[in-house]
Amino acid sequence: MQLRRAQRLIHLCRSAAGLLIVSPPLIAQGKTPSTLAPASTPAHQIFDLSIFVIAITGGIFVVVGGLLAVALCRFRARARDPEGEPAQIYGSTQIELAWTVIPVLIVVVLFLTTARIIFAIQDAPKPKSALDVTVIGHQFWWEFRYPKYGVVSANELHIPASSDAAPEATYLKLTSADVNHSFWIPQLAGKTDLIANHVNTMWLDPRAPGLYLGQCAQFCGTQHAMMLLRVYVDTPEQFQTWIKNQQLPAQEDPNVIAGRKVFERQACMNCHTISGTAATGRFGPDLTHLMSRATLASGATDNTPENLRQWIKAPGTFKRGALMPAMQLTDEQLDQVTAYLETLK
Amino acid sequence: MSSIPVRQPVRQGEWHLPSKRRAGMAALIVGESAIFTIFVVAYVFYMGKSVTGPTPAQVLEVPILGTICLLSSSISIWRAEKAIEDGRMASFSILLGVTIALAAVFLTGTAIEWKKLIYRDGLTISTNLFGTTFYSLVGLHATHVIVGLFLLSSIFIFSLFGWVDSRHSERFSAIALYWHFVDAVWIVVFTVVYLIGR
Amino acid sequence: MSDIPLPISHVTDTSIPGSEPGTILEKLHGWVVTVDHKRLGILYILYSTFFLLVAGAEALLIRLQLAYPHNHVLSAQVYNRFFTMHGTTMVFLVGMPFLFGFANYIVPLQIGARDMAFPRLNAFSFWLTAFGGVLLYYSFLGGAGLYGVGNAPDVGWFAYAPLTLRAFSPGHATDYWALALIVGGFGTLGTAINIVATVIALRCKGMTLMRMPLFTWLLFVVSMLTLVTITPLTAAQFMLLIDRYLGGHFFDTQAGGSSLIWIHFFWIFGHPEVYVLVLPAFAIANEIIPVFCRKAIFGYPAMVAASVAIMFVSLGVWAHHMFTVGMTSVSNAFFTLSTMLVGVPTGIKIFNWIATLWGGRIRFTTPMLFCIGFLFQFLIAGLTGIMLSVSPWDWQLHNSYFVIAHFHYVLVGAVVFCIFAGLYFWYPKATGRLMSETLGKWHFWLFAIGFHITFDTMHFLGLLGMPRSIYTYQPDRGWNTLNLVVSIGGLIQGLAVLIFAYNLITSYWCGEVAGDDPWDAWTLEWTTSSPPPVYNFEEEPEVHSRRPLWDLKHPDDPDWEYEA
Repeated sequence: MQLRRAQRLIHLCRSAAGLLIVSPPLIAQGKTPSTLAPASTPAHQIFDLSIFVIAITGGIFVVVGGLLAVALCRFRARARDPEGEPAQIYGSTQIELAWTVIPVLIVVVLFLTTARIIFAIQDAPKPKSALDVTVIGHQFWWEFRYPKYGVVSANELHIPASSDAAPEATYLKLTSADVNHSFWIPQLAGKTDLIANHVNTMWLDPRAPGLYLGQCAQFCGTQHAMMLLRVYVDTPEQFQTWIKNQQLPAQEDPNVIAGRKVFERQACMNCHTISGTAATGRFGPDLTHLMSRATLASGATDNTPENLRQWIKAPGTFKRGALMPAMQLTDEQLDQVTAYLETLK
Repeated sequence: MSSIPVRQPVRQGEWHLPSKRRAGMAALIVGESAIFTIFVVAYVFYMGKSVTGPTPAQVLEVPILGTICLLSSSISIWRAEKAIEDGRMASFSILLGVTIALAAVFLTGTAIEWKKLIYRDGLTISTNLFGTTFYSLVGLHATHVIVGLFLLSSIFIFSLFGWVDSRHSERFSAIALYWHFVDAVWIVVFTVVYLIGR
Repeated sequence: MSDIPLPISHVTDTSIPGSEPGTILEKLHGWVVTVDHKRLGILYILYSTFFLLVAGAEALLIRLQLAYPHNHVLSAQVYNRFFTMHGTTMVFLVGMPFLFGFANYIVPLQIGARDMAFPRLNAFSFWLTAFGGVLLYYSFLGGAGLYGVGNAPDVGWFAYAPLTLRAFSPGHATDYWALALIVGGFGTLGTAINIVATVIALRCKGMTLMRMPLFTWLLFVVSMLTLVTITPLTAAQFMLLIDRYLGGHFFDTQAGGSSLIWIHFFWIFGHPEVYVLVLPAFAIANEIIPVFCRKAIFGYPAMVAASVAIMFVSLGVWAHHMFTVGMTSVSNAFFTLSTMLVGVPTGIKIFNWIATLWGGRIRFTTPMLFCIGFLFQFLIAGLTGIMLSVSPWDWQLHNSYFVIAHFHYVLVGAVVFCIFAGLYFWYPKATGRLMSETLGKWHFWLFAIGFHITFDTMHFLGLLGMPRSIYTYQPDRGWNTLNLVVSIGGLIQGLAVLIFAYNLITSYWCGEVAGDDPWDAWTLEWTTSSPPPVYNFEEEPEVHSRRPLWDLKHPDDPDWEYEA
């Protein structure tokens, strides 16, 4: 009957879809922040566990779904059925016992497997050489502090890659300056929330250098969607270079004194820090090395002079609802301050 | 319907179900208990976590008189229940009046306590975590006492007019159940706030 | 139980719905002042159907916005209001009222009672619920005006603190959310109390608890669960209002308050709430599946036991919504275990339904089709739930589109499918006419196809790293095509629901006349006329088994000889 065929078709499609899941290369291409392309130990452990879970749940689906499909086909009402009602079966203690005990056993197996991974990830002993980074969530940007190096940055996290020869884990301390946020780079680890007045920890040890994408994963207000994350996994040498540059105070360039004065007089310094100057504001991102970042406004747009000028003129162009106000600068002031910021490499 | 002899089921005995009013009140009490539990959990969670003073030890005095009155009112309302069941309406009115008076003493005590806390100790709901959790928990309970007082007073007035008799005993027992609940909550609140929390 | 008149006058409503003489105004007045459980049940259902269409429209606009990256259908502010209102509406103004509406109509009929235990409380509860919805939607008119969607709440349906505090949500959006739900919550509480008291005290002669129809049993369980489910939310919302208006510090992190305590309280409500929504779906399936495979439900005592087990265990799993907030490994392990365990009684129910089908003679009417869809979909939903219970995997999947896919599989695939099944099944009882089978089948197939296109695809978006609650996404993340597919499925579902609405309305006048018992069923409601008289039963029925009408139809083979 048409109905039966249609149901079998839906059944088939679902199984096909299920197979798709286990073929990561098909799905994770380019910059997709896919959980199916793990690049760090926690993400790998989660991925392996998930395959095991899919195998079990897939098996359950095939058995139970199969029984359901068979029942619907075999016992549909037919014209040649005898008069009256079919035999009324009220229950069967043995069958019911069996299908209580078996699920409980499945639960025990699943739970023990899961518990092992919970403890492996959460309670992994912290190596002495681990890099510490403090992550502070703000509405709608990320603050990164490297206490050991005295470095403060924003939105684009640089961490060293780990290898067998030189294992290098990064331990993140996470907290929030305002509402709840969540740090999620799917290829590197599961997400952990950033909560005010509360410090969470997580760790990563990516092996392959590269750029890994993610974004805030806890609704935090108007521009939650554009609180993007970029994690640059550097080789140890690249990382040291980056750190050394970040440790330097802002460059002094006599050509852009006018812009620096605009910055200091137009209240920018109330929110932003540029180390080596009088600007020590903490409400907005640290701009000391703004030009070392590929994007502006936590990923809302690329870091080009035009975009930077437009951002300062009207943040709402890229991120309406961001907490940076439009500073009502004249065109001349905009040109000057943009030129100044362009020197902050 | 058919000529086959109809089989008869086993005869059942008397069909007696619980009272709908008591069942409904019990359900309400379960729901209210959940609300109180949340406020108690918040109180306990924030014990000792206030960033500024005053602390419970500094400002709270154990309300012994009020507590004795409130808990005694459970006894008097129980006697009142017995009275209305037996049709002794004069005793009923008196015992109900006693219950109301005891509850009034309790509420007056709370009012005096709060006046002292607000004006002498400077503790309000916005002062610190202690203030927030204290006033909301004790205030929630006091609100329930006030509602109970209103119900009991209405019945008291009806009884003075002679509109109440033993046929209303089941309805009254539902209200009495509410009142016992209010007292039971006080035991918990008293223990948590004035004994443990101090 | 005889009633002594109190010195308060009460309104009597002795007319049969629809046929009493009177002007339109008098008829409307009859509906507004009614305390009859059947009319109130219908009012709840009409109310929920209206909000189903509204929240469905909100969902379609959301999907239009997400069909392409960086789309401009809705701005960020408007989008955030829409997804908040979609969730809040669907849970509180569609799900709960639909299910309590069914309960209101059917429970007294199934237990052989004249009405609910407290008819006036019943009416009061309905109007409180209705007012809560009106208050919530009034928020669209305040503040920035209709196209800026006013002051509608924009903090997500779970309104995490401190985002909801004055400092981060100035204006009244959050207040509308809290107040509307507090008021509606009192209405829900009233109905739950009513159902509990009715089931305990008003069953007809011979109807022991273990002879009640499973629909009534499950709604009894749901009502008891509701008493301890909705109340934590009410408490937390009071705390929120105290923070916002009286300077309280419950969630004020500057004063030592905690965001985590809101999260705990919310999910202590939120998790049992989803069981409050899904157990009535089971209740409906429990009535429909046996009738359309012509067999008694397999394992009635186990079904009761499983339902009660779910009620208790569901109170101990809430923190599986919080695996990422930084609980200890032991806590995470505990909640993983409890969540997996609650899947056991739930799974048992699926097995019992399959065993009921086994050996039967299955008739594929529209209500049965929706129940079959429910069975497949609830199986999948349960399995993705097991995946989410594995806390390390949840650290990836939490707050992603995988979770949205999972809970829509439950709330649409199970609950909405069963609501549709129940409407087609009991519509003839309430109106005396059958809904069109042809339109019903169009509705089912379009809705099922659209549902699967949308929600099957959505699981992959989650696996590919797309988080929820975002008004747009970057075009280079590989999510573009999948989002478009999801949106197209939404349009198909919308079309199906329109067909359903048309069927619902026109069948009232054009549907085939149903008679008392159009489906050849076995519980007490089918012994009354369609629609039943206002007093339900001329004499209090007396029952001897779980299927009194089966006993009457099969006097040579009655159920009481076989029931334990």
